[in-house]
Amino acid sequence: MNWTEFFAMGGYSQYVWGSYGLAALILILNLYLPLRRRKTVRRLLREFLRLKEQTR
Amino acid sequence: MPGFLKAIGCLLRRDLTVALRRSTDVLTPLVFFIIVVSLFPLGLGPEPAVLRTIAPGVIWVAALLATMLSLNRLFANDHADGTLEQMALSPHPLTVLVLTKVAAHWMLTGLPLVLISPLLAVQMNLPESAMGTLVLSLLLGTPVLSLLGAVGAALTLGLRGGGVLVSLLVLPLYTPVLIFGAGAVAGVIAGIDIEAHFSLLAAFLALALTLAPWAAAAALRVSLD
Amino acid sequence: MQYMHKYASPKFFYTLAGQLTPWMAALTALLLVAGLYLGLFVAPVDYQQGESYRIMFIHVPAAWMSMFIYVCMAGAGAIALVWNVKLFEMFAGNCAPVGASFTFLALVTGSLWGKPMWGAWWAWDARLTSELILFFLYIGYMALQASIDDPRRAARAAAILALVGVVNIPVIHFSVEWWNTLHQPASVSKIGTPSIHPSMIAPLLLMAFAFTFYFVAVVLLRMRNEILERERHTTWVADMLESTKP
Repeated sequence: MNWTEFFAMGGYSQYVWGSYGLAALILILNLYLPLRRRKTVRRLLREFLRLKEQTR
Repeated sequence: MPGFLKAIGCLLRRDLTVALRRSTDVLTPLVFFIIVVSLFPLGLGPEPAVLRTIAPGVIWVAALLATMLSLNRLFANDHADGTLEQMALSPHPLTVLVLTKVAAHWMLTGLPLVLISPLLAVQMNLPESAMGTLVLSLLLGTPVLSLLGAVGAALTLGLRGGGVLVSLLVLPLYTPVLIFGAGAVAGVIAGIDIEAHFSLLAAFLALALTLAPWAAAAALRVSLD
Repeated sequence: MQYMHKYASPKFFYTLAGQLTPWMAALTALLLVAGLYLGLFVAPVDYQQGESYRIMFIHVPAAWMSMFIYVCMAGAGAIALVWNVKLFEMFAGNCAPVGASFTFLALVTGSLWGKPMWGAWWAWDARLTSELILFFLYIGYMALQASIDDPRRAARAAAILALVGVVNIPVIHFSVEWWNTLHQPASVSKIGTPSIHPSMIAPLLLMAFAFTFYFVAVVLLRMRNEILERERHTTWVADMLESTKP
């Protein structure tokens, strides 16, 4: 398995790896954003519930 | 159903009268149409051959944009003074009332565009042989623009940023009409057979006439709730 | 009818989604690894396009997903409109960003694939042009949703828009195809799918399935967030947040 050849992709490396790289970026981003949002939502809801208890 | 037909006639007459009283609403899109087409020679140079090549596309795109501009007038005014709600509550099917309003809208927006297009065609150096095709293609196409536009206007009723938002929603849907409308005119200049173009434009019109009023009525009910 | 109510309850779905998501993620990872391995290492070089054709293993599944997700969005919207089921509303709304992402991916990879072939970054080929218009449709959908404050009105308006869009998509496809055959000079060919060698089909399908399970995982995650927000007044949410410390 010739790795230099593999990475060169027959001279098309920026196109091929650009595409795969963008795909990876998009997949990671679309997973990361909801996960981060989940943390925020839970934090905000806890705040909200705490305030609701206090002002009961 | 005498009441029903009377209602449609009434609505049509009312919309036409109101719009003609506020004639700026009617004239602005038309003037916009003229100005936009005139901008292209200014931007690209007056070379007749160039203008002739771009004429079908330019006139058609300008027609699209002018229609977009006029869409807010379709429901917004009636919505503001409560007439729209009355229409939704009336015993007559909202779909037909919407169709009537769109018809009035087209008579005041689309039809003037169609009628003034020969003048613009001359400005853009369009050969006389293509004039008839241009007018006919716009005649078939502008009602579709009004019909699809009505759906967009209904969906964005009362929203801030409504005007630009409608454009965003509706312009992608306009592309088939644009392709075949401008394509017909370009085709007749190139000498190819354009029967298919007109069949398709007619098909779009038929499709839009059946589906768009229904979708727009549904959208109105959603927006009015 | 009782079953319907049970399955359509946000609480039930929240739990179900929570259980399903790890499986979806695992399947995605597995299929991605398999697809990438077959696509990058096993599939032979194309005699016409060389190694650049390997972009196909991203571009084509992404394009398929962009269409598939829009149809799901429209379908879910239709069900939400007719039967008034909140879960379907939520599903439809949360499909859009993922769908738009895949459309964007298809557009950029299409451009990257086209550059070595056509020598230009963009060439208005039929498929790319259709994808571009689809991208605009997604953006319009998301803009409409974002502009309406009332979530109910937003979901229903978006559902109508998606239905209008889904009816138009075949028309747009056909129109753009036709337009393209007319204007395309003979020298520039479509991003031809290269003559398909059987060993290319497997990675293509694997990537497509990987993307599908990925889509499900992401939508489930998003829906769980939305359910938490929407149901914040209920006791089950309060209890759940109590019992599970960060």
